[in-house]
Amino acid sequence: MTPAVELRRITKKFGDVVAVDNIDLSIKDGEFFAMLGPSGCGKTTTLRMIAGLEFPTEGSLSIFGEEVGTLAPNKRSVNTVFQNYALFPHLTVLENVGFGLKMQGTDKKETRARAMEMIELVQLNGLESRKPAQMSGGQQQRVALARALVNQPKVLLLDEPLGALDLKLRQEMQLELKKLQRDVGISFVFVTHDQEEALTMADRIAVMHEGKLLQVASPEEIYEQPASKFVADFIGRTNLLEGTVKDKTTVVLENGSLVHAANSLVAGTRVAISLRPERAKIARLSDVSIEGSSLNGVIDTITYLGNARVYGVKLDWMNIEIRQENRPDAELYEHGDQITVYWSTDDVSVVAG
Amino acid sequence: MSSAVEPRGWAKTALHVNGWLVYLFFYAPIVLLVLFSFSESRNVGKWGGFTLDWYQQFFDSSNARGALSNSVKIALIVTLISVILGTMAALSLERFTFRGKKVFDALLYLPIIIPDVTMAVMLLLFFGQFYDVIEAVFGIQMRKGFGSISISHIAFNISFVSVVVRARLAGMSTDLEEAAVDLYASRWKAFRYVTFPQILPGIAGGALLAMTLSLDDVVITQFVSGPGWTTLPVYVFGLIRKGVTPLINAVSVVMLLASMLLVVLSLIAQRSRRTG
Amino acid sequence: MGKESDSPAPPLEATPEFEKAAQRKESRRGFLLALPSYLYLVIFFVLPLVIVLVYSFATRNRFGGTDLSGWNFDSYERIAEPIVRTILYRSLWLAFLTTLICLVIAYPFAYFLTTRRPLIRNVMLVFVMIPFWTNFLVRNYAWRVILGNDGPFTKVTEFLGLGTNELLFSQKAVVLGLVYGYLPFMILPLYAAIERIDGRLIEASRDLYGSGWQSFRHVLLPLSMPGVIAGSILVFVPSLGAYVTPEILGGAKTTFLGSYIVTQFLTARNWPFGAALSFVLMAVMLVTTIIYFRKGGRTL
Repeated sequence: MTPAVELRRITKKFGDVVAVDNIDLSIKDGEFFAMLGPSGCGKTTTLRMIAGLEFPTEGSLSIFGEEVGTLAPNKRSVNTVFQNYALFPHLTVLENVGFGLKMQGTDKKETRARAMEMIELVQLNGLESRKPAQMSGGQQQRVALARALVNQPKVLLLDEPLGALDLKLRQEMQLELKKLQRDVGISFVFVTHDQEEALTMADRIAVMHEGKLLQVASPEEIYEQPASKFVADFIGRTNLLEGTVKDKTTVVLENGSLVHAANSLVAGTRVAISLRPERAKIARLSDVSIEGSSLNGVIDTITYLGNARVYGVKLDWMNIEIRQENRPDAELYEHGDQITVYWSTDDVSVVAG
Repeated sequence: MSSAVEPRGWAKTALHVNGWLVYLFFYAPIVLLVLFSFSESRNVGKWGGFTLDWYQQFFDSSNARGALSNSVKIALIVTLISVILGTMAALSLERFTFRGKKVFDALLYLPIIIPDVTMAVMLLLFFGQFYDVIEAVFGIQMRKGFGSISISHIAFNISFVSVVVRARLAGMSTDLEEAAVDLYASRWKAFRYVTFPQILPGIAGGALLAMTLSLDDVVITQFVSGPGWTTLPVYVFGLIRKGVTPLINAVSVVMLLASMLLVVLSLIAQRSRRTG
Repeated sequence: MGKESDSPAPPLEATPEFEKAAQRKESRRGFLLALPSYLYLVIFFVLPLVIVLVYSFATRNRFGGTDLSGWNFDSYERIAEPIVRTILYRSLWLAFLTTLICLVIAYPFAYFLTTRRPLIRNVMLVFVMIPFWTNFLVRNYAWRVILGNDGPFTKVTEFLGLGTNELLFSQKAVVLGLVYGYLPFMILPLYAAIERIDGRLIEASRDLYGSGWQSFRHVLLPLSMPGVIAGSILVFVPSLGAYVTPEILGGAKTTFLGSYIVTQFLTARNWPFGAALSFVLMAVMLVTTIIYFRKGGRTL
């Protein structure tokens, strides 16, 4: 099947700064695709290149097999939901939604009918003659969606679509966007710096850093098998234990202790073991009989989160974090307690050091 | 700024008194001037019973009426051209990069900060040479008046208009223009349907400022106007130097009214700027 | 931002050449938009400026005309003559005095504005804007009426037992007229600068044991400095070259720079000297403004 969007060897330079560095990316039709990374990683530039708001310095960009890299934005069948929506403040909701159709020369009657239909779909009936300034953030967001979708784009691009909303509304909109995408059936490509949002909504995630594409995979894979130290650290919380591979399944940590890992490893390489705080377990030093790997340490800090406790554990050479769910049977530890941190081999992933 | 800590005691009183004095200072002269324009007395600063004679005299004087109509003609043409050129300049500086942009930007500031007198001298010498050159080349003899005054007013008004329009453009996110082209608008349509309505209050504000400055200017106009062809302020200035008469009071009030009308219009423009 | 391609050529892969061409086309668009004003200013502003410069090095001939051959610095040397120097110093002093008075009146006023409720503040601002927009000549003339023989001002001074006033046609009257004319130019930038300051900083200062005066001296004043400088330039520059106000309110005995320059052109017919003087006036103005922008000032 032809990919909805395909980028091959795409590079974008602004002067001497390389914003996007030779990336290859293929987005399937009908998928909810997230581009995730810290600010300045090139994700927004990539989105803008797909929209046509920037031209790539080099490379091929096609939409459903048709090369569009040098095509103006008004000649591309993709539409964008802008960060902060960019609604036209001097136009009503109806005029905003009908704007794209009007520009394409659709006749007035049809423009109106289709715009009204779209306004209904995003549940803004009755508000069509309001100006954007008279609406809440959530409503503005819906107008922005309607304004883009009414043109029946082949791909919808969303730039930090939920960034301007408060937490509760954001969570509601996450579900709603997901439902909308299923109903419309086209692929949504959205840019976010919020890893939780990406994990919740996306079918697949592309993690970007310093203009490079680090990993493109499903949320599960990104979380469970991060491809690099950066991905492991950026997605969720983790402890990175650095060391050197001794043989196929053993790693020597910096203090000399041995831990196991499932991956086939190449002896002598520098690696880091990513140990998620919620995957490790704690036990008192006295009552240990453990399979898998373990490290001894002392409880240093205790943070109470309501549904869980996070223990800061002091190891010989570094500090790590362990999360303990707040269950009635959980054994509580105090500052200074001598403990053992342990885990089974399946619970950690190994990334290149 | 808003702060819960405000001056108390004598400092508070002093601030209030200063505030009221400033307004008294601003408005007392204007109010008195209007009052005396209706006074029968030949002494400009003395009350001598109500009359409209001075206004009658003003409208009867063909010189005064001619100067007034000259002023209006010039203000209209100057505003039109300055608004078009100034808006284009503002767009180029706020939305594009091009070689020589910095020089252009600096050049655009100069007419605003240069003293009137210097600009007047510059244009006087310039038109002296310019008209000679035109006569030598095209054989047309040109006289100072409508043309030279309009050209001079436009030379400083382009800058004022561009500053006002630029402020408006700077406050308008480029997202809106990008959204328009993303929604299938050509560059021209994006300007026509999005940028232009957005900056319209700024353009209106710039136009009113240009008109005000054109109607107000004395120094530059005096240097570039020809014999028998001049504007109302220069005409009034000439009268004042010959000696004050109540007629000048009346003309002044007419000019005052014109200013006030423009203020009201500019306030309306500003209001829509805020809500737009 | 991207743009349409004029030719319907088949879309191709992006290349650095295409990107450059697109940027060039975009920058040409900007240049074309600027071009009419650019040309206009070059012809009707820069060229006149150059002509003034040329004239300032020329010689006045016996018939009151100007010889453009035989260039020299005579006109600039004349500026050092005692009469001219007196006029120059007098004008500088006058402009300085006007600026200072405006500052002293406007600062507390601008601060007062910021402490009012938004609605009242807007109304108050409108009433500052009105004189700002009102015809300058008329506003100066109003003072001529007030200060004139037997005018309202005399009535007041006589009533107060101060005798007849002798204000009109004095330097004091000129300063008064200038302050009246340019006070809004001081108030507006000051207001803008003070309004931007976070009020909590004053609270913090008071919390840290600062007295009202100390809070003003060490917090408010330094933070509002851009407004002070912008306002001062906006008042100082036109005051230095003032022509209309001294003509209407000043006496025949005291000449100021602006009027002196005008005289060189309209009566004395010494154009080279007038050109040199206006050039010096402009240089003073330019240097002041450049210093302001160098110090990080953004608005004028």
